[in-house]
Amino acid sequence: MSVSEPVGLVLVSHSASVAQSVAEMAAGLAAGGATAPVAFAGGDGEGGLGTSSELILAAARSVDRGAGIAVIADLGSAVLTVRTLLEDDELPHGTRLLDAPFVEGAVAAVVTASAGADLDGVAAAAEEAYTYRKL
Amino acid sequence: MNAFEPALDGEYVRRWLAAATAAIERESDHLTELDSPIGDADHGANMRRGFTAASAAVGKEPPQTPGATLALVGRQLIGSVGGASGPLYGTLLRRAGKALGDGPTVTPGELCTALRAGVDGVAQLGRSERGDKTMLDALYPAVEALGSALDSGAGLVAALAAARTAAEEGAVATVPMQARKGRASYLGERSIGHQDPGATSAALLIAALGEAAGEGAA
Repeated sequence: MSVSEPVGLVLVSHSASVAQSVAEMAAGLAAGGATAPVAFAGGDGEGGLGTSSELILAAARSVDRGAGIAVIADLGSAVLTVRTLLEDDELPHGTRLLDAPFVEGAVAAVVTASAGADLDGVAAAAEEAYTYRKL
Repeated sequence: MNAFEPALDGEYVRRWLAAATAAIERESDHLTELDSPIGDADHGANMRRGFTAASAAVGKEPPQTPGATLALVGRQLIGSVGGASGPLYGTLLRRAGKALGDGPTVTPGELCTALRAGVDGVAQLGRSERGDKTMLDALYPAVEALGSALDSGAGLVAALAAARTAAEEGAVATVPMQARKGRASYLGERSIGHQDPGATSAALLIAALGEAAGEGAA
């Protein structure tokens, strides 16, 4: 694996606007300089709420730099569709679904990926976001 | 044994798809109605979109074998449904199709084994089990009834009729259950008293297996 190429991040939400906004927010909160590639797949592809496997595949291909891809999904069909695509080997090599909260996990993933962490490091940071208590 | 039992070939799976698509079309509003109090009121429309796409794909280029036909339907559902039923039914049919292998015809026993493999795939993908108020509550009773009917010497048509009854009873049996998976699980006890839309559509797909066999026997 090349150390110079960043891990890509894909955000999958039932809502196109949620997916896009969280992608923008995560990229915006990553420290200045080069950020890791972030793509989103939101909605059913026809303007409604839901999940589109086509959008997920296109998003994953667009952020594939050969260093692995971290996928964060919101719930229900978003999670099940990513799992199905992974089982069928349809996503690029080195794609992993993270067990992470959508917003906090996305921010942690983009920050660590932009700092040069490998896929294990990105996954650990995003999944650790579950342990951050607010009270 | 019924002397007129149809061959389980690619043609049989295409008849099943036609019967299933017609049933989904007919029951689409009912599925959406069931999905309104406990889901997001899109199950009928989602299933309709998926089966319409699958029918078009199979009609355009029909695969030769029953296994490949089921697998193609599954792939279409994953790509077109838009809700959780897409990857779940898609996995069911792709796993079943794969388990049927490459033969031009399969035996009733092989169909039963393949369906069981598909249902196990659904349980694994959804991290779900019987009693969670899901499609599994119709699918597991159906494959069990199919298996025991075949084991006791019933012919295909009679065994599929037993599977249909078991699936329909399984769907009705979800009414008093509390949902433990999917959006309905957020409702907790308020999910009790409603029939699960996924179990209801699963019973339609099982019933279509029998319709396809009956048509072949005629």
